[in-house]
Amino acid sequence: MRYVTEFRDPQAVRGVLAAIERVLGEIGARAEDPVRIMEICGGHTHTIFRYGLDRLVPETLEFIHGPGCPVCVLPMERVDIAVAIAERPGVVFTTFGDAMRVPGTRKSLLQAKTEGADVRMVYSPLDAVEIARRNPDREVVFFALGFETTTPATALSILQAEAEGLRNFSVFCNHITVPPAIKALLASAEIDLDGFIGPGHVSMVIGTRPYEFIADEHGKPVVVAGFEPLDLLQSMWMVLLQIRDGRAEVENQYQRVAPRDGNPAALAVCARVYEPRPSFQWRGLGEIEASGIRIREAFATFDAERRFGIESSPHAGSTREPTGSRCDEVLVGRIKPPQCPLFGKGCTPETPQGALMVSSEGACAAYHSYSVPRQGQAA
Amino acid sequence: MTLITLAHGGGGKAMRDLIRDVFVSRFKPESMEDQARLSAPGMLAPGARIAFTTDAYVVSPLEFPGGDIGRLAVFGTVNDLAVGGAEPLWLSAAFILEEGFPIERLRRIADSMAAAALEAGVRIVTGDTKVVERGKGDGVFISTSGVGLIPPGCDLAAAHVRVGDAVLINGTLGDHGATIMATRAELALDTAIQSDSRPLHRLMQAVLAAAPGVHAARDATRGGLATVLNEIAEASGTAIQIDEEKLPLRPEVRGLTEILGLDPLYLANEGLLALFVPAAEADAALAALRADPAGADAAIIGHVVDGPAGRVVLRTAFGGLRRLELLVGEQLPRIC
Amino acid sequence: MCLGIPGRIVDIADAGRLLMIVEISGVRRAVNVACILDDQPIERLLGSWTLVHAGFAMSRIDDDEAQATLALLQELGETQATLDAMHESERALGERP
Repeated sequence: MRYVTEFRDPQAVRGVLAAIERVLGEIGARAEDPVRIMEICGGHTHTIFRYGLDRLVPETLEFIHGPGCPVCVLPMERVDIAVAIAERPGVVFTTFGDAMRVPGTRKSLLQAKTEGADVRMVYSPLDAVEIARRNPDREVVFFALGFETTTPATALSILQAEAEGLRNFSVFCNHITVPPAIKALLASAEIDLDGFIGPGHVSMVIGTRPYEFIADEHGKPVVVAGFEPLDLLQSMWMVLLQIRDGRAEVENQYQRVAPRDGNPAALAVCARVYEPRPSFQWRGLGEIEASGIRIREAFATFDAERRFGIESSPHAGSTREPTGSRCDEVLVGRIKPPQCPLFGKGCTPETPQGALMVSSEGACAAYHSYSVPRQGQAA
Repeated sequence: MTLITLAHGGGGKAMRDLIRDVFVSRFKPESMEDQARLSAPGMLAPGARIAFTTDAYVVSPLEFPGGDIGRLAVFGTVNDLAVGGAEPLWLSAAFILEEGFPIERLRRIADSMAAAALEAGVRIVTGDTKVVERGKGDGVFISTSGVGLIPPGCDLAAAHVRVGDAVLINGTLGDHGATIMATRAELALDTAIQSDSRPLHRLMQAVLAAAPGVHAARDATRGGLATVLNEIAEASGTAIQIDEEKLPLRPEVRGLTEILGLDPLYLANEGLLALFVPAAEADAALAALRADPAGADAAIIGHVVDGPAGRVVLRTAFGGLRRLELLVGEQLPRIC
Repeated sequence: MCLGIPGRIVDIADAGRLLMIVEISGVRRAVNVACILDDQPIERLLGSWTLVHAGFAMSRIDDDEAQATLALLQELGETQATLDAMHESERALGERP
């Protein structure tokens, strides 16, 4: 597969791993005090575990898994609203696959489907528009979630529906944005991170400039990375080089896909369709200012919240994590998943209690499902 | 009459006519008693054992590239017998039909079953027909039970699997699951992928002839190869490690799993044999697999290793390790 | 939301709706190209490689950048292979009686 297989080449991987080890030596990192790099994006967390990269790098480099999993951070209250919409007679509720399993206070969309709600999995919001086109007598709602990578897709789908004069299509908008979340993370005390791996596909849309505050104001290196194992390893190496040389810059490893200025057409469409929300709840992180977007008044008929008269207070929402859980500490990398008392006991991928166990990109779920302990560590 | 009605399940003339027209004409049972009466050479030999299995088939859509529910119903049960070292002999077929189902489609499915039975060398000797109200079925559900004969001295079992055993498979991963996924209209994916539905007993016999020391065999169906590996590891109290590089995968299946964010190790198969063979006989087993068209892509994919009981681990192309756990719920396409 | 995969644009599906057919390892799907069109006629995109996410072509893959990245990575790989080979032969030398 072109542009994929080459970035999985084992010989090149060995080369980058060796280069990483050399630089770690030059930095003087020790296993008791490793270099800590956070990958912000859930897709990167997935790559790390899928290829066992955490086992391949020396113990002097530690991956801290960031909160970049839009499915995981969806507040229960928003899931409850989704379920309520899905359960209305006549509604066809369309959603991405992995959002179906997120538990709400009462149930998940998957459970609602089992109980008879017409919940359908789609690959693209365009497929939801197609369902609306084919079923003029049904109310079709699309569960829009994701970071900036996906916001243009939803926006363009709304514009498509408008252009066709569809009157039975709306979007339940839960899109969130990355830079405010990183700001919130860095503002919270006791973060001990040496560098960041930036989200490659978010950057494809917003470019790499929005991360400059991380380098300029917080003095941490950032490297925007692609999603193949070589992309991640090369990006780790680039972060380490910055640390070694005492630099703090935003670098772009994923230049083949993510331009520095992002995608102007996509950004323009988003500006046309969306406006920022004052704040939005992130499960595990709490309320984050200016981190969510909503559909503009001009497109009110395509906004499910207006269409279904949903009142969603920004202060409402259950970010109450279960008693005894330490989700927020795992989220900011202060502890590792196995250190949470609920990990593997009551909180498992099958019975997720907290945000990070809900989708396979969540740090706890990835750890639970994929991780192979090193020799001498508990299973 | 072109559609199934409740009368077709009522026990009266309509039902009798349907059975005759659709099933008896194709499956040709020897008698129309309430039970089939059967004998096979070797069934009374000392040490010979009967193998008996049952399965239900509820696949949707009913017809898909590379097969249909009827073909699955025959080969699936044949394969469950085959992996016990049995020669499959006789099948029963019970149909639960939904009111309103087109009879012409049922004839097509029955044709497919007759052809599959012929290809597998088994006979469908008894059956049942029921009809449920519209909305209470999915067109048709089929349940088949199968009887086979295990020769004396043949004892394949998960418990026999030992550290050092080689793990072999006969073909590419996930073809059936990918095919079904690709037929989902809302995903709008266009591909030439076909189900790998096929009988595996001749392949099994060829392997046993070349490598009589085979410890265990399974056919990987729902839940994919990873599920079978977990089952065997747990049942035998061993650990298994497989090499990602050795896993055969069709390019289109790879493409589909990349687009949707799925793992081919968890996709369903309908013609995949997993064998656990003592190391000394692994090459002979592999050669026997490859000599058969159903084993063209056969490979040794890993080994049973020292490790915590029940643990299954994948070694990635560059030596990284990740666990292959049992699937939780259904595998859903990712957006992340 | 990150899952994106490179694919090649091979056909026009519906010019009016800006839909083109992308092929990824033998699997085809219609994707919307509004984000990468850049005011060109849609035919100009035939044959290009694009990053596909949720049914949309989100970026044209810059082959020069891809090759540059690969070249660097391959060099690291080759350097390492050479180092490995050197170590191997040193070890072999050391083992001779």
